[in-house]
Amino acid sequence: MVDKAAIARQFIEAIPHARALGLKLTSIGNGEAGITMPYSKELVGDPRTGVIHGGAVFAALDTCCGAAVMSHPSAPGGTATIDLRIDYMRAATPGQTITTQATCYHITRNVAFVRATAMDEDEGLPVATAAGSFTVEGL
Amino acid sequence: MARSRPEPVQVVKQRRDAALNAIVEGVPYIRFLDIGFDRRGDELTGVLNFDQKLIGNPLLPALHGGVTAAFLEVTAVITLSWEFLLPKIESGELDASDIADYEKVRFPKTVDFTVDYLRSGLPRDAYARAFISRAGRRYASVRVEAWQDNHARLFAQASGHFLMPQPATDGK
Repeated sequence: MVDKAAIARQFIEAIPHARALGLKLTSIGNGEAGITMPYSKELVGDPRTGVIHGGAVFAALDTCCGAAVMSHPSAPGGTATIDLRIDYMRAATPGQTITTQATCYHITRNVAFVRATAMDEDEGLPVATAAGSFTVEGL
Repeated sequence: MARSRPEPVQVVKQRRDAALNAIVEGVPYIRFLDIGFDRRGDELTGVLNFDQKLIGNPLLPALHGGVTAAFLEVTAVITLSWEFLLPKIESGELDASDIADYEKVRFPKTVDFTVDYLRSGLPRDAYARAFISRAGRRYASVRVEAWQDNHARLFAQASGHFLMPQPATDGK
Protein backbone atom coordinates (compact mmCIF):
# COMPACT_ATOMS: atom_id res chain seq x y z
CA MET A 1 0.00 0.00 0.00
CA VAL A 2 1.14 3.52 -0.80
CA ASP A 3 2.19 5.49 2.27
CA LYS A 4 0.17 8.66 1.74
CA ALA A 5 1.64 10.33 4.82
CA ALA A 6 5.17 9.92 3.49
CA ILE A 7 4.16 11.26 0.07
CA ALA A 8 2.42 14.25 1.65
CA ARG A 9 5.40 15.02 3.89
CA GLN A 10 7.77 14.88 0.94
CA PHE A 11 5.44 17.00 -1.17
CA ILE A 12 4.99 19.68 1.50
CA GLU A 13 8.60 19.95 2.54
CA ALA A 14 9.60 20.29 -1.15
CA ILE A 15 7.40 23.37 -1.66
CA PRO A 16 9.79 26.30 -2.20
CA HIS A 17 7.72 28.74 -0.14
CA ALA A 18 7.29 26.21 2.70
CA ARG A 19 11.10 25.94 2.81
CA ALA A 20 11.44 29.74 2.77
CA LEU A 21 9.15 29.96 5.83
CA GLY A 22 10.90 27.04 7.57
CA LEU A 23 7.66 25.01 7.77
CA LYS A 24 7.90 21.54 9.31
CA LEU A 25 5.22 18.90 9.07
CA THR A 26 4.83 17.45 12.57
CA SER A 27 1.81 15.18 12.07
CA ILE A 28 -0.39 14.05 9.20
CA GLY A 29 -3.08 11.46 8.52
CA ASN A 30 -6.85 10.87 8.32
CA GLY A 31 -7.66 14.42 7.26
CA GLU A 32 -5.59 16.08 9.99
CA ALA A 33 -2.26 17.83 9.79
CA GLY A 34 0.09 19.78 12.06
CA ILE A 35 2.74 22.22 10.82
CA THR A 36 5.15 24.45 12.75
CA MET A 37 6.73 27.73 11.67
CA PRO A 38 9.76 28.91 13.67
CA TYR A 39 10.09 32.58 14.64
CA SER A 40 12.20 34.52 12.16
CA LYS A 41 13.15 38.21 12.01
CA GLU A 42 12.45 38.11 8.25
CA LEU A 43 8.76 37.48 8.91
CA VAL A 44 8.24 40.40 11.28
CA GLY A 45 5.32 42.70 10.39
CA ASP A 46 6.04 45.53 12.82
CA PRO A 47 9.74 46.02 13.58
CA ARG A 48 8.87 48.09 16.65
CA THR A 49 7.17 45.17 18.38
CA GLY A 50 8.83 42.18 16.63
CA VAL A 51 5.43 40.55 16.01
CA ILE A 52 5.16 38.14 13.05
CA HIS A 53 3.14 39.48 10.09
CA GLY A 54 -0.37 38.09 9.72
CA GLY A 55 0.45 37.15 6.12
CA ALA A 56 3.07 34.63 7.27
CA VAL A 57 0.55 33.07 9.68
CA PHE A 58 -1.91 32.91 6.76
CA ALA A 59 0.68 31.09 4.61
CA ALA A 60 1.36 28.53 7.37
CA LEU A 61 -2.39 27.94 7.90
CA ASP A 62 -3.03 27.61 4.15
CA THR A 63 -0.26 25.02 3.83
CA CYS A 64 -1.55 23.11 6.85
CA CYS A 65 -5.12 23.09 5.47
CA GLY A 66 -3.85 21.78 2.11
CA ALA A 67 -1.92 19.02 3.89
CA ALA A 68 -5.03 18.01 5.87
CA VAL A 69 -7.05 17.71 2.63
CA MET A 70 -4.34 15.61 0.96
CA SER A 71 -4.21 13.25 3.93
CA HIS A 72 -7.97 12.57 3.97
CA PRO A 73 -8.73 8.91 3.16
CA SER A 74 -11.25 9.97 0.45
CA ALA A 75 -8.89 12.45 -1.25
CA PRO A 76 -7.38 11.16 -4.48
CA GLY A 77 -4.31 13.38 -4.19
CA GLY A 78 -3.91 17.02 -5.07
CA THR A 79 -5.72 20.11 -3.86
CA ALA A 80 -5.84 23.88 -4.30
CA THR A 81 -7.40 26.59 -2.14
CA ILE A 82 -10.81 27.86 -3.31
CA ASP A 83 -11.24 30.26 -0.42
CA LEU A 84 -9.77 30.75 3.01
CA ARG A 85 -10.80 33.07 5.80
CA ILE A 86 -8.56 33.90 8.74
CA ASP A 87 -9.62 35.56 11.99
CA TYR A 88 -6.77 37.08 13.95
CA MET A 89 -7.40 36.82 17.68
CA ARG A 90 -4.18 38.33 18.98
CA ALA A 91 -0.56 39.09 18.12
CA ALA A 92 1.78 36.09 18.23
CA THR A 93 4.39 36.46 20.98
CA PRO A 94 7.77 37.46 19.45
CA GLY A 95 10.38 34.69 19.57
CA GLN A 96 7.89 31.81 19.79
CA THR A 97 7.28 29.06 17.23
CA ILE A 98 3.83 29.04 15.65
CA THR A 99 2.02 25.69 15.60
CA THR A 100 -0.85 25.16 13.19
CA GLN A 101 -3.36 22.32 13.30
CA ALA A 102 -5.89 21.67 10.51
CA THR A 103 -8.84 19.29 10.16
CA CYS A 104 -10.56 18.37 6.92
CA TYR A 105 -14.00 17.72 8.48
CA HIS A 106 -15.95 17.00 5.31
CA ILE A 107 -15.06 16.03 1.77
CA THR A 108 -17.15 15.48 -1.36
CA ARG A 109 -16.04 14.44 -4.85
CA ASN A 110 -15.30 18.08 -5.65
CA VAL A 111 -14.84 20.09 -2.47
CA ALA A 112 -13.05 19.65 0.86
CA PHE A 113 -14.00 21.73 3.91
CA VAL A 114 -11.29 22.60 6.41
CA ARG A 115 -10.89 24.30 9.79
CA ALA A 116 -7.56 25.25 11.38
CA THR A 117 -6.01 27.07 14.31
CA ALA A 118 -2.64 28.73 14.89
CA MET A 119 -1.09 28.77 18.39
CA ASP A 120 2.11 30.02 19.94
CA GLU A 121 3.49 28.64 23.22
CA ASP A 122 0.48 29.98 25.12
CA GLU A 123 -2.10 27.37 24.23
CA GLY A 124 -4.88 29.07 26.15
CA LEU A 125 -5.92 31.36 23.28
CA PRO A 126 -5.25 30.77 19.58
CA VAL A 127 -3.35 33.43 17.63
CA ALA A 128 -5.66 32.87 14.65
CA THR A 129 -8.33 30.52 13.33
CA ALA A 130 -9.06 29.66 9.71
CA ALA A 131 -11.93 28.16 7.74
CA GLY A 132 -11.94 27.41 4.05
CA SER A 133 -12.83 25.23 1.11
CA PHE A 134 -10.41 23.41 -1.17
CA THR A 135 -10.61 21.64 -4.51
CA VAL A 136 -10.35 17.84 -4.73
CA GLU A 137 -8.06 16.76 -7.56
CA GLY A 138 -6.23 13.66 -8.75
CA LEU A 139 -2.45 13.59 -8.36
CA MET B 1 -7.10 87.51 -1.29
CA ALA B 2 -4.40 85.94 -3.43
CA ARG B 3 -4.17 82.17 -3.37
CA SER B 4 -0.88 80.86 -2.00
CA ARG B 5 1.46 79.51 -4.67
CA PRO B 6 1.39 75.72 -5.04
CA GLU B 7 4.51 73.93 -3.80
CA PRO B 8 7.08 72.92 -6.44
CA VAL B 9 6.34 69.41 -7.78
CA GLN B 10 9.64 67.91 -6.61
CA VAL B 11 9.01 69.05 -3.03
CA VAL B 12 5.60 67.39 -2.97
CA LYS B 13 6.91 64.20 -4.61
CA GLN B 14 9.94 63.98 -2.35
CA ARG B 15 7.81 64.36 0.79
CA ARG B 16 5.22 61.76 -0.26
CA ASP B 17 7.72 59.23 -1.61
CA ALA B 18 9.92 59.52 1.49
CA ALA B 19 6.91 58.88 3.74
CA LEU B 20 5.71 55.91 1.65
CA ASN B 21 9.22 54.42 1.60
CA ALA B 22 9.49 54.80 5.37
CA ILE B 23 6.22 52.91 5.84
CA VAL B 24 7.09 50.09 3.41
CA GLU B 25 10.80 49.62 4.00
CA GLY B 26 10.42 49.40 7.75
CA VAL B 27 8.59 46.05 7.51
CA PRO B 28 10.91 43.01 7.24
CA TYR B 29 8.14 40.74 5.92
CA ILE B 30 7.45 43.12 2.99
CA ARG B 31 11.16 42.93 2.11
CA PHE B 32 11.09 39.12 2.53
CA LEU B 33 8.33 38.87 -0.11
CA ASP B 34 9.92 41.72 -2.16
CA ILE B 35 6.74 43.78 -2.47
CA GLY B 36 6.99 47.36 -3.73
CA PHE B 37 4.42 50.13 -4.20
CA ASP B 38 3.79 52.36 -7.20
CA ARG B 39 2.29 55.70 -6.27
CA ARG B 40 0.25 57.75 -8.76
CA GLY B 41 -1.39 60.63 -6.94
CA ASP B 42 -3.32 59.01 -4.10
CA GLU B 43 -3.52 55.62 -5.87
CA LEU B 44 -1.21 52.84 -4.73
CA THR B 45 -0.50 49.65 -6.64
CA GLY B 46 1.28 46.81 -4.87
CA VAL B 47 3.88 44.98 -6.96
CA LEU B 48 4.97 41.45 -5.99
CA ASN B 49 8.32 40.78 -7.65
CA PHE B 50 8.50 37.14 -8.63
CA ASP B 51 11.06 34.86 -7.03
CA GLN B 52 11.38 31.07 -6.98
CA LYS B 53 10.82 31.00 -3.20
CA LEU B 54 7.22 32.22 -3.72
CA ILE B 55 6.22 28.98 -5.45
CA GLY B 56 3.64 26.79 -3.69
CA ASN B 57 3.09 24.11 -6.32
CA PRO B 58 6.33 23.20 -8.09
CA LEU B 59 4.53 20.87 -10.53
CA LEU B 60 2.40 23.56 -12.24
CA PRO B 61 4.27 25.80 -11.15
CA ALA B 62 2.06 28.28 -9.26
CA LEU B 63 2.45 30.94 -6.56
CA HIS B 64 1.80 29.72 -3.01
CA GLY B 65 -1.74 30.57 -1.87
CA GLY B 66 -0.25 31.98 1.32
CA VAL B 67 1.95 34.33 -0.71
CA THR B 68 -1.09 35.54 -2.65
CA ALA B 69 -2.98 36.10 0.62
CA ALA B 70 -0.04 37.88 2.23
CA PHE B 71 0.43 40.10 -0.84
CA LEU B 72 -3.25 41.09 -0.73
CA GLU B 73 -3.13 41.71 3.02
CA VAL B 74 0.06 43.79 2.77
CA THR B 75 -1.54 45.86 0.00
CA ALA B 76 -4.68 46.38 2.11
CA VAL B 77 -2.72 47.45 5.22
CA ILE B 78 -0.37 49.78 3.36
CA THR B 79 -3.22 51.39 1.39
CA LEU B 80 -5.19 51.88 4.60
CA SER B 81 -2.15 53.28 6.45
CA TRP B 82 -1.41 55.59 3.54
CA GLU B 83 -4.97 56.93 3.46
CA PHE B 84 -4.79 57.48 7.22
CA LEU B 85 -1.29 59.00 7.34
CA LEU B 86 -1.23 61.11 4.15
CA PRO B 87 -3.29 64.02 5.56
CA LYS B 88 -0.94 64.16 8.58
CA ILE B 89 2.09 64.12 6.29
CA GLU B 90 0.62 66.84 4.07
CA SER B 91 -0.24 69.05 7.04
CA GLY B 92 3.30 68.76 8.38
CA GLU B 93 2.14 66.97 11.55
CA LEU B 94 4.31 63.95 10.59
CA ASP B 95 7.32 63.41 8.35
CA ALA B 96 9.16 60.33 7.09
CA SER B 97 11.46 60.22 10.13
CA ASP B 98 8.44 59.94 12.47
CA ILE B 99 7.18 56.72 10.85
CA ALA B 100 9.54 54.53 12.89
CA ASP B 101 8.33 56.13 16.14
CA TYR B 102 5.90 53.74 17.81
CA GLU B 103 4.43 56.50 19.98
CA LYS B 104 3.55 58.69 17.01
CA VAL B 105 2.56 56.19 14.34
CA ARG B 106 0.59 52.98 14.70
CA PHE B 107 -0.70 50.76 11.94
CA PRO B 108 -4.12 49.18 11.43
CA LYS B 109 -4.48 45.62 12.73
CA THR B 110 -6.14 42.88 10.70
CA VAL B 111 -9.25 41.48 12.36
CA ASP B 112 -10.19 39.05 9.59
CA PHE B 113 -9.21 38.45 6.01
CA THR B 114 -10.95 36.30 3.38
CA VAL B 115 -9.28 35.36 0.11
CA ASP B 116 -10.97 34.01 -3.03
CA TYR B 117 -8.58 32.16 -5.29
CA LEU B 118 -9.93 32.69 -8.80
CA ARG B 119 -7.15 31.06 -10.84
CA SER B 120 -3.66 29.86 -10.07
CA GLY B 121 -0.95 32.51 -9.71
CA LEU B 122 1.56 32.27 -12.55
CA PRO B 123 5.30 32.31 -11.83
CA ARG B 124 5.71 36.00 -12.66
CA ASP B 125 5.12 39.45 -11.14
CA ALA B 126 1.70 40.24 -9.67
CA TYR B 127 -0.10 43.50 -8.99
CA ALA B 128 -2.73 44.45 -6.43
CA ARG B 129 -4.93 47.37 -5.59
CA ALA B 130 -7.01 47.92 -2.46
CA PHE B 131 -10.29 49.80 -2.23
CA ILE B 132 -11.41 51.15 1.11
CA SER B 133 -15.12 50.41 1.30
CA ARG B 134 -15.50 52.12 4.62
CA ALA B 135 -13.03 53.72 7.00
CA GLY B 136 -14.63 54.48 10.34
CA ARG B 137 -12.94 55.68 13.51
CA ARG B 138 -12.54 52.15 14.87
CA TYR B 139 -13.07 49.75 11.99
CA ALA B 140 -12.29 49.75 8.30
CA SER B 141 -13.56 47.45 5.57
CA VAL B 142 -11.26 46.88 2.60
CA ARG B 143 -11.54 44.99 -0.69
CA VAL B 144 -8.41 44.00 -2.64
CA GLU B 145 -7.88 42.72 -6.20
CA ALA B 146 -4.80 41.03 -7.65
CA TRP B 147 -3.93 40.39 -11.27
CA GLN B 148 -0.94 39.49 -13.42
CA ASP B 149 -0.82 39.90 -17.21
CA ASN B 150 -4.34 41.18 -17.66
CA HIS B 151 -6.08 43.47 -15.19
CA ALA B 152 -9.51 42.21 -16.32
CA ARG B 153 -8.58 38.63 -15.33
CA LEU B 154 -8.06 38.77 -11.57
CA PHE B 155 -6.28 35.74 -10.08
CA ALA B 156 -7.38 36.53 -6.53
CA GLN B 157 -9.60 38.90 -4.62
CA ALA B 158 -9.99 39.45 -0.91
CA SER B 159 -11.91 41.41 1.65
CA GLY B 160 -11.07 42.10 5.24
CA HIS B 161 -11.76 44.10 8.37
CA PHE B 162 -9.18 46.16 10.19
CA LEU B 163 -8.96 47.84 13.56
CA MET B 164 -7.82 51.41 13.06
CA PRO B 165 -5.00 52.78 15.24
CA GLN B 166 -6.42 54.64 18.21
CA PRO B 167 -4.95 57.85 19.62
CA ALA B 168 -2.40 57.03 22.36
CA THR B 169 -4.43 58.91 24.98
CA ASP B 170 -7.55 56.81 24.36
CA GLY B 171 -9.06 55.27 27.48
CA LYS B 172 -6.70 57.00 29.92
